[in-house]
Amino acid sequence: MTDHLPVLQVIIPLLAAVLCAVVRRGRITWAIALATTWASFWIAIQLLMRVRVEGPISYALGGWLPPEGIEYRIDLVSAFVLVIVTATGAIVTPYALKSVEREIDAAKIPLFYAAFLLCLTGLLGIAVTGDVFNVFVFLEISSLSAYTLISLGQDRRALTAAYQYLIMGSIGATFIVIGIGMMYVMTGSLNMADLSVLLAELGPNRTVVVAFGFLTVGISLKLALFPLHLWLPNAYTYAPSAVTAFIASTATKVAVYMLLRFFFTVFGAAFSFDVMQLDKVLLPLALIAIFTMSLVAIFQTNVKRMLAYSSVAQIGYIILGISLASVTGLTAAILHLFNHAMIKGSLFMAMGSVMYRVGSVELEAMRGLGKKMPLTMAAFVAGGFSLIGVPLTVGFISKWYLILGALEKGSWWWTVAALVLTTSLMAVVYIWRVVEAAYFQDFPGEEGAVVEAPYALLIPTWALIVVNFYFGIDATFTSEVAGSAARTLMGLAP
Amino acid sequence: MSPESIVGVAVGLPFVGALAILALGKWPNARDGAGIVTAGILFTLVLRLVEPIRDGLRPEYPILEVLPGVSLSLRVEPLGLLFALVASFLWIVTALYAVGYMRGHHEKNQTRFFAFFAIAISAAMGVAFSANLFTLFAFYELITLCTFPLVTHHGTPEARNAGRVYLGILLTTSIGFQLLAIVWTWQLAGTLDFREGGILAGTASNTVLSVLLVLFVFGAGKAAVMPFHRWLPAAMVAPTPVSALLHAVAVVKVGVFTILKVAVYVFGVDLLGTLPSTMWLAWAAAATIILGSLVAFTKDNLKARLAYSTISQLSYIVLGALLANEWGIIGGGMHIAMHAFGKITLFFAAGAVLVAAHETDISRMHGLGRTMPITFGAFFVGSLSIIGVPPAGGAWSKWFLGMGTLEAGQIGLLAVLMVSSLLSLVYLLEVPIRAFFSAPPEDADHGEGIHEAPWTSVAAMIITAGATMALFLNPGPFYALMTLVTSR
Repeated sequence: MTDHLPVLQVIIPLLAAVLCAVVRRGRITWAIALATTWASFWIAIQLLMRVRVEGPISYALGGWLPPEGIEYRIDLVSAFVLVIVTATGAIVTPYALKSVEREIDAAKIPLFYAAFLLCLTGLLGIAVTGDVFNVFVFLEISSLSAYTLISLGQDRRALTAAYQYLIMGSIGATFIVIGIGMMYVMTGSLNMADLSVLLAELGPNRTVVVAFGFLTVGISLKLALFPLHLWLPNAYTYAPSAVTAFIASTATKVAVYMLLRFFFTVFGAAFSFDVMQLDKVLLPLALIAIFTMSLVAIFQTNVKRMLAYSSVAQIGYIILGISLASVTGLTAAILHLFNHAMIKGSLFMAMGSVMYRVGSVELEAMRGLGKKMPLTMAAFVAGGFSLIGVPLTVGFISKWYLILGALEKGSWWWTVAALVLTTSLMAVVYIWRVVEAAYFQDFPGEEGAVVEAPYALLIPTWALIVVNFYFGIDATFTSEVAGSAARTLMGLAP
Repeated sequence: MSPESIVGVAVGLPFVGALAILALGKWPNARDGAGIVTAGILFTLVLRLVEPIRDGLRPEYPILEVLPGVSLSLRVEPLGLLFALVASFLWIVTALYAVGYMRGHHEKNQTRFFAFFAIAISAAMGVAFSANLFTLFAFYELITLCTFPLVTHHGTPEARNAGRVYLGILLTTSIGFQLLAIVWTWQLAGTLDFREGGILAGTASNTVLSVLLVLFVFGAGKAAVMPFHRWLPAAMVAPTPVSALLHAVAVVKVGVFTILKVAVYVFGVDLLGTLPSTMWLAWAAAATIILGSLVAFTKDNLKARLAYSTISQLSYIVLGALLANEWGIIGGGMHIAMHAFGKITLFFAAGAVLVAAHETDISRMHGLGRTMPITFGAFFVGSLSIIGVPPAGGAWSKWFLGMGTLEAGQIGLLAVLMVSSLLSLVYLLEVPIRAFFSAPPEDADHGEGIHEAPWTSVAAMIITAGATMALFLNPGPFYALMTLVTSR
């Protein structure tokens, strides 16, 4: 049984999604989703523990041995990403019950959970597989279901947002499949481990270089690297609250995982950075993303959109860590995958609670909520502290490694560290606009019109806040895992 | 209790006190009693650390490891003990004062106020007893965040704007400069521990270390070295007990304490003396001393005048650290204590006038001395300490600082100290002299119905004014602690 955990990680949510589509009863499908996400979470934890002790797990799907058959291959990086995705799913699903009932037509709820579980399947599949074409398949599963989920938003603009994402996402996926195709033409293999050997033998062949380019652009589109982020703000703003919390914490993270997998495992760090000079492309884009998107976030009047722009900036931090091309930088990037998922998850969930009670997430709707919804707003403030990077929160840990990584490079790199710190202060500004509205302005409506969010929403939100502080106070575990994962990717450890 | 466990309890106790205050919110007497009792226990605990420290012990209390090699950890050394003694003693007095003030002034949300106040003290203890730069930074930021609700207590647009300045400057300096300096130190030295003799010597070129020193000095924005001083006058919108304990003692002293601690235990006095930026920064502090005094002149609002006086006086301590010799460090450390007792007395008096006579401007206080003799008498004593003349404790710290400037061969800096004392003589003593000897303004009603503030507030003033004079007669305990810092 435990030998089959890698495939169960994907099969369980896939079958559960089908089950949801068949059952068609709102609450039952929710229960199925709940059981599935927690089972997946348990599996992910098991896998992480096993990988830490025994090293990478290789699983031949259907008994067909690689490189001909599809291999599921789980190392520290993929196990860590599996935990991020399933943990978010396990926390968001209990939250979704009330939030989704409020925001989505009752008739559509079973299909919502089916799409949700399909999305989970796709995201997990990308992380477990060791086969590049399989990555593309799972990417399409997760993307198509994500478009569906986003289009279920209350606001009719959700439809155009989903359509925009569909177009951009499909372009990205196409680029990726073209890149994969070119690699297949040159090597005749789709297995990652096999490819890395064959590509290294081939050297910087022109077709391989073009494939590298297609993959870079395609993946950058999926992970919303500036300036390919245009689909993201609308998608996050108009999606149902639970979907935003889930997608924001997982979809872009898994895309970053794809980037790591292709550039470090398939092409190899030496090819990506020394030959292709990928860092020279990523670094400026990351810096522009961090600075301009933080600036844009300051001027948003819709809090979800503000957080969406903040996400693009935070993705910039992750890409910055990768572009440092060092163990510390990569550790910062991998850590921030987890940390940012916890931060943004909690913030979007707090906003979901506001949506539930007030029906709007415009900045104006926050007025006086400090008194009306004290626990929700306290969660937002606590999550905001983590986003800013106050010590003893996960946000601080990420920044610590990122700044350290920049300073380690020596000479003028301290300016990069200074920019990271400057943008943390910009985060103070946009978080504080919400704080001031909530705590310094009077509630405009009638007395008793708005009360605290129900526990079904509060408990999951606060659970994430606790995670934010727990792994900020004792980051030895996460930093150790991220550090080992980084060394593995850099080829310094098995 | 062993000294080690006292250290841990001292940091945790005010936090527990805050919880008790929240729990007792419905019963104001019990709530305020809990506050005062917590403060009393805290002080007696800290007092019990004096003996072991004198015997050469340095009790440690590791809390946990946050990252490999980076830990939250406490360790008591003499400088931190001095700061903790001052802060915990003055918390008792302020708790007493605040009860009278908050009730006399009919402030709202008193439970929230006292709870955040206690958390701020908890964090100040954490800073005082921090064993490394990370711990110091964590508690430093906690102070900033938990004093924000105190500064903006009234919730008015004015308070909100002041809160923006407060948070803006304090977070900009701490995240922008101090955090960068800390990570840089970690990268250079491979440790963040405070060690006798410093950790940075020989790790990088003098140019890099000079830059690092600049980052540390301006990164401790709570020390209010110009141009990062504007948050302190802004913070004066807070209720007076906050201005008195936090913005004359705990918060601002955390800033100068950080600089002293970094100077002694991160750079080390020897290294500090060789860096090119040290003297440059000393003159920046000197400029703050003079400019702060000059601006204080222009302020008619009493609390604003006191705030600029604080800015000026804080830079005395910064200057002391940057003189990079024994006398400078001793003088700076003692000035933490001496200035605290003097300035808190002045703020208590200012608050008492506000509660009793509802006046905030100095020009409107003329003639009030006759109806409030104790208040203005206390103000007079406090002023003497700030000016630095007998019979007040401030005379000693200024004496040592003066010796430090001579030892460093900086006659110019000595002149700055003298000029600033003269300036403070004028801008501070104007207040009690006008109150006692000038005629009241014509439209003012200073007759019937005005009397001294509530008795707890008056008692608090008498205690701090008395302590100021006692410290002139016997500065020994603080001096002894500071010689432990400098002796190797």
